Formats: sequence, C-alpha cells, structure tokens
Amino acid sequence: MAQETVARPAEKFPAPAKVAIRLVVNGVAHDLHVAPWTTLLDALRDRLDLTGTKKGCDHGQCGACTVLVNGRRINSCLALAVMKDGSQVTTIEGLASGPTLHALQQAFIEHDAFQCGYCTPGQICSAAGLIAEGRARTADDIRELMSGNICRCGAYPNILAAIESVLRRDGEAGQ
Amino acid sequence: MNNFAYSRAADVDDAVRQIAAEPTARFIAGGTNLIDLIKEDVVRPTRLIDITRLPLRTVEETADGGLRIGALVPNSDLAWHPQVERRYPLLASAILAGASAQLRNMASTGGNLMQRTRCYYFYDVATPCNKREPGSGCAAISGLNRMHAILGTSEHCIATHPSDMCVALAALDARVRAVGGAGERTIPFASFHRLPGNAPERDTNLQADEIITAVELPAKGFAVNYSYLKIRDRLSYAFALVSVAAALELAGDTVKEARLALGGVAHKPWRDREAEDALKGKPATPDNFLRAADTLLRGARGFGGNDFKIELARRAVVRALGQAARGTPQSQSDKRIA
Repeated sequence: MAQETVARPAEKFPAPAKVAIRLVVNGVAHDLHVAPWTTLLDALRDRLDLTGTKKGCDHGQCGACTVLVNGRRINSCLALAVMKDGSQVTTIEGLASGPTLHALQQAFIEHDAFQCGYCTPGQICSAAGLIAEGRARTADDIRELMSGNICRCGAYPNILAAIESVLRRDGEAGQ
Repeated sequence: MNNFAYSRAADVDDAVRQIAAEPTARFIAGGTNLIDLIKEDVVRPTRLIDITRLPLRTVEETADGGLRIGALVPNSDLAWHPQVERRYPLLASAILAGASAQLRNMASTGGNLMQRTRCYYFYDVATPCNKREPGSGCAAISGLNRMHAILGTSEHCIATHPSDMCVALAALDARVRAVGGAGERTIPFASFHRLPGNAPERDTNLQADEIITAVELPAKGFAVNYSYLKIRDRLSYAFALVSVAAALELAGDTVKEARLALGGVAHKPWRDREAEDALKGKPATPDNFLRAADTLLRGARGFGGNDFKIELARRAVVRALGQAARGTPQSQSDKRIA
C-alpha cells in the first residue's frame, strides 16, 4: 500500500522548532538539533547510530532501553532528549575499555545469561546501575532490583548468576 | 507522539506564569506517566514545561521536627534517604514496592502524586471513558474490572490510583505544599486526591495554575510498628490488587494510635478514621484487626471481576496490622508473607 503522505487533519499545531542540545555519550560530546518529542532512545539509535540500546515496549515496561544518565539507570524510551541536555549518557557501547569487556559483559558470556540477546544491553546497563547503587546484598535483592528488565527467553537464573558473580568479585576486591 | 512545544521554567514563579498563560500545557518532571500517556494519545498537551531545573531537590528537617521533601526529589533517592530509612521506614518500604528501579530513578516526589488515576480503558482510546472523555461512559463497570476499585466508586468511574508511595504518605498525614497564581498553600494529603463522583476527569484538587513544591511529613513516623504489604499478580513490578500501609503506636499490648491506608482499592489512597479509631485503646489482636478491616470495608462493592478484592483486602489488613504489631514489617525483597 502507498504511504499516507497527506498531513493529518487532526494536527492542530504547526511543528514547533527543533531545540539545540548537547549530549555526552560514552565520553563523546554530540551537538544535536532535536524535536521536543524525540525520546533519548530515538536520539541514540536514529541520530547517533548507537543501536545497542534496544526499543522493546517503548512504554517503560520491559527495560530493553535502559541506559545510564549521569550514572543512574533510566528507561530512555520515557526520557525526552531535550530534557537531558548537558547530561552524560552511558550505553552498552560505552561499557568496555578498548578490547577489554566490562566485568558484567564478561560475566554474561561466562554464565550464558542470554538466549536471543535482545534484552541483554538493557540487562547489563541496568546491572551496572544496580552495582553503582550499592543496595543489593542477596539474590532476592538482585531479583527485586532487576525486575524492571524483562527477558522473554527466560534466562533469569543465569542473569542472576552473572550479576551475583560480579557483585561478589567486587565485594571481595573491596575488602 | 503528537507535536508539542517545549520550554523550561526559570523559577517557580515562571512555571506558574507559563502554565497560566497556556492552560493546555503540562508540567513535566520525570515524565514516566506523562510521556507514556502522550505516546498513547490519551493526553495531548500543547506544551511541556520542563520543571526539572528548579531548585526543589532537597530533603530537610522542618521546625516542628518533621521532614520537608522537595517536589523534584527522585523516588529512589527518597526511599534511600538516611532520614527516611530511619524515621519513616513505612514510606521507604512503600516506594520500594512500586514500579522498577529505573522508573524510581526518574520519577519525582511531586510527579508521583500527579500520576493519573487510571485503568486500561482510560488508556484505550477506542473505548469510552469518562475520565479521558467526560460524558462518554465507563467501559470498565460492565467490562473487565479485575484491577478496579471497590471503595468510593461512582457510576462514572471505578479506576484506581496506582501509587504505593501515596498510600504511605496518606497514612503518615503528609501535607502537600503548592504555589499558584493565588500564592502558596498547604493541602492535607487526605484532600489532595479526589474520589470520582461526577467529575472523574479530575484526579486532584490542585488548581490548574498550581505547582507542587514540596511534600511535608509530620514528626511522627511510626518507625517501630509499621508494615507495607502489597498483594499483586506478579511478585514485583506490578500494580497492587490491594496494598496496605499499617502503622501502630503501642503501649505494651494496647493500641494507642493506629494508621491504616489502602492502595489499589479506590480512586485515591483510602484512609478510614473510623477503622483506625476502632483499634484505639484495644489490645493488638487478630480479632480486633479483623473488626477494623470490616469497618474499613463496610461500604465495599465489587463489579464482578474485582469481587475477590473485598476478601483479599480484609485479609491483607489483618496480616499487615499483625506484621506492624510484631515489629516484623513486610520485606520488599523476600516476598514470603509472614
């Protein structure tokens, strides 16, 4: 079928002007002009070509879009890019140090913590946020504090094992 | 998403000026509910006024020994604030029972109060809904209403307020500070949210040109005998079917003061002074807890799919009061209910 190209008659408002913003993504500053309704997720994927961050439900229910903004994990699908002007954003592409994987990336491989892999970038960014928060002590804590990340393949036991292994290693290193 | 303009509020007065000048605009802070509603075409603001740069992010003690929480304090920061953990653990527990870690990082204190009372028909623009489109009818009353309200409903709306945090704030007698064109005022928590009545499109008594600047807690935090018990279809990251915020002040075995607020059962956090008074001066026993539950539920009414909530609420009230009396509050990580 041909694409509908006629403007929607219900469109009451002319398109407001784009807004100039700066995002520092994985340590690199980007100056962008974005429409007010552009989500951080769409800006990352469509404007900066950082497609590691996934669009799952687009409603904050699945966690596939989880990134770190100023060190805190959020759902990038519910964040407007204009509101994050001046922020530091870390995506899955920014976790490794050169050829060395982030401890969580390595642990996810070692524990076979994924099947299809679609939720994995969100799981790993969320786990990085969880570790930074420093609140998880037990397996129950990890399960509860990772409940915003859904895995339809059901790799939960191995996701839990991967995160636990990194938490334990960090704990031992800190003693 | 529908198009909207965007601006930032320079200060609280500027925020009030901007919203007064454009009544179809909306304030945005965390955006976790509003952006979702815009995506679903349920609300269509012409402008979003970004208030996240306003200086409303502090938690400080008040002159009367309470706590003043800035409207922009994120839910996660509030739950893990040392003063809240120590003095108001009921509030910390309720916050941690709600949403997900990511959403709690985004969502603000004021925004939690301003999230819409809602149901799946409100979200489904193909169905009638008096809240979304006044006068169009309520699809829930004769439809699928497993999640819906059993208390304080009207023939126009049976949606529930989904917040956990607000249930604890109701139990703790919080106050809402707001600034508008007419100046600053304090709204007791009990009269902040509304029952649906004939105007289900209005969730709160906040005026169109008002902005929440803070939520205040009185000194009394019930930090010893409390529990927040949330019953839901999944063990985490699901709205409450029924939740109970229970807080007691005990003298030995006798209840000196009781607070009881329920979530998931009404258009607003449900508090019933009569049920609380029924506990005062009585021994903290399961029989007395059951009497309080029956008092609280005396006007409860189901709509078919949610009939089970009445008995569920009765048992949850008894269980939560028991946990509070024993000083063994419900854990939000270990999901076993003692």
